[in-house]
Amino acid sequence: MLFRPNPSSGVPIYLQLMEQVKHGIETGALRPGEQLPGIRPLAEELVINPNTVAKAYRELEHEGVIELRHGAGAFVSGQVREKKLTDRLRAGQTIVAAAVERLHARGVTDEEIRRLFEAELAGLSRSGGERG
Amino acid sequence: MADTFIIETADLRKHYDGVEAVRGLSLQVPAGSIYGFLGRNGAGKTTTIKLLLGMARPTGGRARVFGLAADEDRASVDIRRRTGFVSDDKDLYDYMTVAEMIRFTAAFFPRWRADLEQRYLRAFALPLDRKIKALSRGMRTKLALLLALCRGAELLILDEPTAGLDPAMTEEVLQALVTHVAAEEMTVFFSSHQIAEVDQIADRVAIIDRGRAVLTGALDDLRESYRRIQLVFDGDAPEPAFRAPGVVRVRRKGRVLTVLSSAGAERILDEARALNPVSVDVVPVTLKEIFLETVTVED
Repeated sequence: MLFRPNPSSGVPIYLQLMEQVKHGIETGALRPGEQLPGIRPLAEELVINPNTVAKAYRELEHEGVIELRHGAGAFVSGQVREKKLTDRLRAGQTIVAAAVERLHARGVTDEEIRRLFEAELAGLSRSGGERG
Repeated sequence: MADTFIIETADLRKHYDGVEAVRGLSLQVPAGSIYGFLGRNGAGKTTTIKLLLGMARPTGGRARVFGLAADEDRASVDIRRRTGFVSDDKDLYDYMTVAEMIRFTAAFFPRWRADLEQRYLRAFALPLDRKIKALSRGMRTKLALLLALCRGAELLILDEPTAGLDPAMTEEVLQALVTHVAAEEMTVFFSSHQIAEVDQIADRVAIIDRGRAVLTGALDDLRESYRRIQLVFDGDAPEPAFRAPGVVRVRRKGRVLTVLSSAGAERILDEARALNPVSVDVVPVTLKEIFLETVTVED
């Protein structure tokens, strides 16, 4: 289910993994209560550092996306939180759609919009530390 | 200090016949990490490894492994006993067969892991009755790695473990390392000039250049904090003196100003906006770019 992150993209590997899990939940590929692969087998499968997998899981737990059950492994969090997550994303999507529409109206191209977003995110990433 | 870091060096120095191979190297390798020791050929990687294992004596500074002084004879025997080492030339006895080499090595290590031996023999598909001198380079590396992995070591020191291997074999070796670390709770210190493999499996990195560590840290921290900021101006780019911390390099070319930052983009962007650029781009920086920016180019 999880695919190999790109180590040379400049984006931390644990963040790439976190994004994959969140995306999996959004698309329904991962359902609430479903078990994620263990740290060791996932590190082996993706040929990445086990500490990196552990960090991604810790951060996902911190954000309430998954639950780490002692001795049993990692599970996608229950219905409530999952709903909150998708609600938040849906709200975000509306804002983004409106912004993109306005930018298009001003003649800004898709590629330029993409760069603007990236510049904004990259610029902000230091101060907040929140990238969820 | 000694408990938290498996390997620790402070101002380590070594010169041979007028050549300063290691010039004040300070490293701290935490337990449980896969530590990539990245540098160009001739940067001082192999010399550092020899100093750590007590195979060469420092001319200054100190090196500790498991908290033991690497330049004391008795301590260094203990260090070598507790460390699996694969040298850059993968030295093995050419006249032995694979099976003989394994039996010979196992005899020296009371904690030899017969279970791992079986597992890696299968995983690496090593031909037991072939003479070592008839092994391919890849097979040779895999055998050397098997011998290091099976001795029940707490630390693996690997000098260019994938040098000369094709991409498929490199992947097999990296996978074996990741698997082993996940299962055995150990520390790996490996030197390499292959940025991609350090990027892939290391969680910490030191970039060594001309015998000095020019950059050390957790790889994910580096990925999060390094940014390239490109500013385009209407006319010639100004020559600003940025006050923001973390400015590694500023390049001016015509209307374009490029700033490499090791501390994110925000503070620099605040200053840059005051210069009225017509466009601003911020992009993440890859380890390869960081490497190329921090090591000395050929002169």
